[in-house]
Amino acid sequence: MPKIPLWDLPELPKNQLPPHLYLQKTRVFCNNDAPTHTENIHYSGAYAALGVDNSLRLDEFRKNFKVKVIKLNEEDMEFDLIGIDASIANAFRRILISELPTMAIEKVLVANSSSVVQDEVLAQRLGLVPIKVDPRLFDYMSENDVPNQKNSIVFKLHYKCDRGSGERRTVYSHDLKWLPFGSEYVLPTESSSDSTSKPKTYTSFTSSQDSLPEFANNPITVTPGIIISKLGPGQEIELEAHAVKGVGKTHAKWSPVATSWYRMLPEVILLQDIEDDDAHKLVKKCPVNVFDIEDVGRERATVARPRSCTLCRECIREPGWEEKVALRRVKDHFIFTIESTGALPPEVLFTEAVKILEDKCERVITELS
Amino acid sequence: MEHGSYQDQSASTFSLADEDHTLANSLRFTLNQDPRVALCGYSIPHPSEARVNIRVQTTGDPANEVLKDSCQDLMLICQHVRSTFDQAVVDFKNNNGAENQ
Ligand code: SF4
Repeated sequence: MPKIPLWDLPELPKNQLPPHLYLQKTRVFCNNDAPTHTENIHYSGAYAALGVDNSLRLDEFRKNFKVKVIKLNEEDMEFDLIGIDASIANAFRRILISELPTMAIEKVLVANSSSVVQDEVLAQRLGLVPIKVDPRLFDYMSENDVPNQKNSIVFKLHYKCDRGSGERRTVYSHDLKWLPFGSEYVLPTESSSDSTSKPKTYTSFTSSQDSLPEFANNPITVTPGIIISKLGPGQEIELEAHAVKGVGKTHAKWSPVATSWYRMLPEVILLQDIEDDDAHKLVKKCPVNVFDIEDVGRERATVARPRSCTLCRECIREPGWEEKVALRRVKDHFIFTIESTGALPPEVLFTEAVKILEDKCERVITELS
Repeated sequence: MEHGSYQDQSASTFSLADEDHTLANSLRFTLNQDPRVALCGYSIPHPSEARVNIRVQTTGDPANEVLKDSCQDLMLICQHVRSTFDQAVVDFKNNNGAENQ
């Protein structure tokens, strides 16, 4: 860069950064050797010497913040969060993965299991089966609580492979049957002679879950089609699985998302006109077809699909190309993806995650006052 | 949950139990954006202890007031995110419904 005497510098408009600093603040530069300017400049007085205020003004945030939904169905969702800092976007992602509650099988009472899958492995596999029920309808079960209709869901699995059939049988997750009345297994402390009252079981439901309006015509199911075990001739599995509410921090089986991630929007810029042979070379270089060729008398390369760029940096790998193509990421534009496991639709998951962050703030505020 | 110097209200370390990067990093962002803050940062003293320490040094205002305001800011941000997001989802569903017909 040539040296310019200070007094020859052009006057800057007030409260606006010079273009190169603005780029460094808002973009990650993906160079051939390493990315630079990856940090976010948070400090309110970072540009005080330039007379630029870097503090947060909520009205400004409200004006600039945008959400664009790209894809939405029962399981997946992709949307753009524009105009928010990485720390907050990351907080949402972390909450989605580890702090949103769901129901998952926690206790398995095995009455009989003669398959080759060991009981503990079987229990682990059952735990990971997603249960399709709104966790907001249930309470957490703390240590001294007894399992009741407000904090537990009970499933039964009884599957037998006949010896005579000579075939192997596969046990699937949809063979789990919901027991709205709770456990059917009687506690060993109960004497069988006592027939005056109903024998005590492993759960103490005071009413049936299917009498609740939420579940009346809407039985609780699990995600079907997941292989749990395989049975040979003569083998049998008989068990009861008790699901409780929990969060992904404790165990990944309670995580409501298969995963959730974001990436910053890629920005591909041609620093000079790339024409004819070079244009064809450039189009060939990119494995995901970011570039196109347009015909303007001569053939010229254009950036047609910057969003699909993976920042593989192939197009700037060869000497000389870094001067022609600039690869950057926009620091405050996040392409956010949520893959739900099925308990709640992804858009509900996101709003719940935002609510949890609000609750955290509220907790700190109340403790401080 | 709060410790630091009692003579000097403008610098404190807040120790939040059962919190991690999720809240601390977001608060670090909102705190840093507050012009009254001279320095702030956070650390997790030990990974197996669910606890995070947030250090706030201000240019004169009491640190706990500043932290409280930052929490308030973060809450307002969240509320705005939520309403914008809900609106975007509603718009998307309406548009798609129209396209499918
Ligand atoms: S970085 Fe890779 S994906 Fe992106 S434009 Fe260059 S070659 Fe294509």
